[in-house]
Amino acid sequence: MSYKTVSLTINQLPVEVPEGTSILEASQTYGINIPTLCHLDGLSSYGACRLCIVEIGPADKPKVVSSCTYRCEEGMEVRTHTRRIVDTRKIMLELMVSSTPRSKTIQDLASAHGVYRARFRPEDEDCILCGLCVRMCAEQMMAGAIAFAGRGPDRHITTPFDELSELCRHCGGCMYVCPACMYRCMGPKADTTLCSACLNLSPSCVEVYDNQQCWMPPECGTCVRPEGEYLPATGRIMQEEKATE
Amino acid sequence: MAIGGYKALASVLQNQSAENVVDTVKQSGLRGRGGAGFPTGIKWERAREQPAEPKYIVCNADEGDPGAFMDRGLLEGNPHRVIEGMCIGAFAIGARQGFVYVRHEYPIAVKHILMAVEDARSAGLLGEGILGTGFAFDLKVVQGAGAFVCGEETALIASLEGRKGEPRQRPPFPAESGFKGKPTIINNVETWANVPHIINNGAEWFDSLGSEGSKGTKIFSLVGKVRNTGLVEVPMGASIRSIVYDIGGGIPDGKAFKAIQTGGPAGGCLPPSLLDLPIDFGALQEAGTIMGSGGLIVMDEDTCMVDVARYFTKFLEEESCGKCYSCRKGTQRMRELLDDICEGRGTISHIDLLIELGHAINTASMCGLGQNAATPLLSTIRYFREEYVEHIKDRNCTAGVCSALIRYKILEDLCDGCAACMKVCPVEAIAGEKDQLHVIDVEACVKCGTCLDVCAKNAVVVLSGGGE
Repeated sequence: MSYKTVSLTINQLPVEVPEGTSILEASQTYGINIPTLCHLDGLSSYGACRLCIVEIGPADKPKVVSSCTYRCEEGMEVRTHTRRIVDTRKIMLELMVSSTPRSKTIQDLASAHGVYRARFRPEDEDCILCGLCVRMCAEQMMAGAIAFAGRGPDRHITTPFDELSELCRHCGGCMYVCPACMYRCMGPKADTTLCSACLNLSPSCVEVYDNQQCWMPPECGTCVRPEGEYLPATGRIMQEEKATE
Repeated sequence: MAIGGYKALASVLQNQSAENVVDTVKQSGLRGRGGAGFPTGIKWERAREQPAEPKYIVCNADEGDPGAFMDRGLLEGNPHRVIEGMCIGAFAIGARQGFVYVRHEYPIAVKHILMAVEDARSAGLLGEGILGTGFAFDLKVVQGAGAFVCGEETALIASLEGRKGEPRQRPPFPAESGFKGKPTIINNVETWANVPHIINNGAEWFDSLGSEGSKGTKIFSLVGKVRNTGLVEVPMGASIRSIVYDIGGGIPDGKAFKAIQTGGPAGGCLPPSLLDLPIDFGALQEAGTIMGSGGLIVMDEDTCMVDVARYFTKFLEEESCGKCYSCRKGTQRMRELLDDICEGRGTISHIDLLIELGHAINTASMCGLGQNAATPLLSTIRYFREEYVEHIKDRNCTAGVCSALIRYKILEDLCDGCAACMKVCPVEAIAGEKDQLHVIDVEACVKCGTCLDVCAKNAVVVLSGGGE
């Protein structure tokens, strides 16, 4: 079987992927980690969470697009971890942590990206409206029992006319894919103990590289960071251990 | 017909090829008048090259900007020019069906365009065999249900198809895959109305008007604190000063000019120091604002810029479709932070966080609404930062707008004790006897301003901050 391929560069790395591949899929194939909450293999792309944004086009005239909905084009230049992109992702994660603090998935992602504070007024929402459940229901379970309703602040996911839908088979597929309500962050178990669960994560390297991405694990410690910047969690633990020795 | 209507269509159908028309529009340098300013000729060429059939053309008359009514003026006043432009466009790209997407809040525009389509059809200018040639084209008028975001072209197509009005990622551009997946050209009312003129007078004529990179004339809707409000048509590149002072007649009541907002709710505010800025696509973008569809709102010294930013952020929060997390949640958080500042809970770090958040929203969002959602905020911080600082540090709103930061007071030497203010106060916060000094109870006062309006002696004043 033969298929057409397109050649492009991702962080200056020349890559070749089948025609029709999204930037996100291409990056994942080549081991470049782009965070996303609203994309899942097997479901169509939607582009709601805006975490997978990347820069495309020449460096002096960049365009920001969501990599899950943008298909690779011949000769395209993609940059996945520029300063602007990483800073924007951090703000997006800070917004999510502030509004949906009990989601473990979001907490972990924020922690892995060096978001250690939430400066917005805390809210307690259960949904980030990523639409995974809507697409799961329609595309994999072939039910189409739920959909978006309302606009702007009133937007929500519901069944037609807010009544129990005859199309729903109670399969639970929607809950299975949900990044917000499936795994709950329970916090420390008792007042006297630290759960430290977040600290045991192996964070992805979230250093900024305008053109390329570091391929070393983040613990390598060779990065020279500007003073006062946070170290990834594991790095911090290692330093503390050193101090106690 | 008698004054040269449909002359351009006739000359196109009889003497020109479709390629010719596309070339003429391309050479003229016409850029879309809806806001983004995409070169119209290039869009047409792209749709023309598409092999897929049938092709569609759409007139975007979903004009949602508050205080802007260029498209409404055109549709109500001269709908035939728009129809003629669309016929020419249809001939150029090979479309047989067109739509006019007009918002239902414009009942007269809807009535006039419906009437004009009917008249054109009976005159043989729409339908089969237009003007005795083999060219066939028909128009359908569709009414929008009032969502601001449906002015975005991909959301408009979704709405036309009967789906939820929600933008999607481009590419594919509508010129390649639009209505029902077929090549579709969407142009603004004003863009279509420009087409017959270009055909009649030639590309060189249009090219000679306007400034470098922005050709032709543009209709602006001049509103706010100016003597003459209304629609003005000027060549691109005219300075803001000439529009506000020469055409608009300046600010009424001897007040000082403070700011002008260009480009509708998602546009930025420019300070007096930029009055000589030419209005064209490039210059406005450099100054941190947008051309938009041509709304110009003039503000005088009684306007609080923090309140302006809050107002437009609230508008965008409500009109965001809600698809992108950045736009939906970001505008909500932005409005919350601005509420804090307006209500005296702000800190200096609020400003830094707002700037950080604003840039993130504009970067991460997908469509034109989200990508400019923070523009009013960022431009007011850029040009009026001291006003933000004043709100935060001194709890002072100089313009006397932010109700949490102001208080009303009756001046002792001016009050003659007429009791007019006591009678109108809705919360009975004014105490005093007839012919004696009245006093406002600051705790009970709801700051409605009614006493200020009724006082014949101008004894009621607004105070803010620590000033007496």
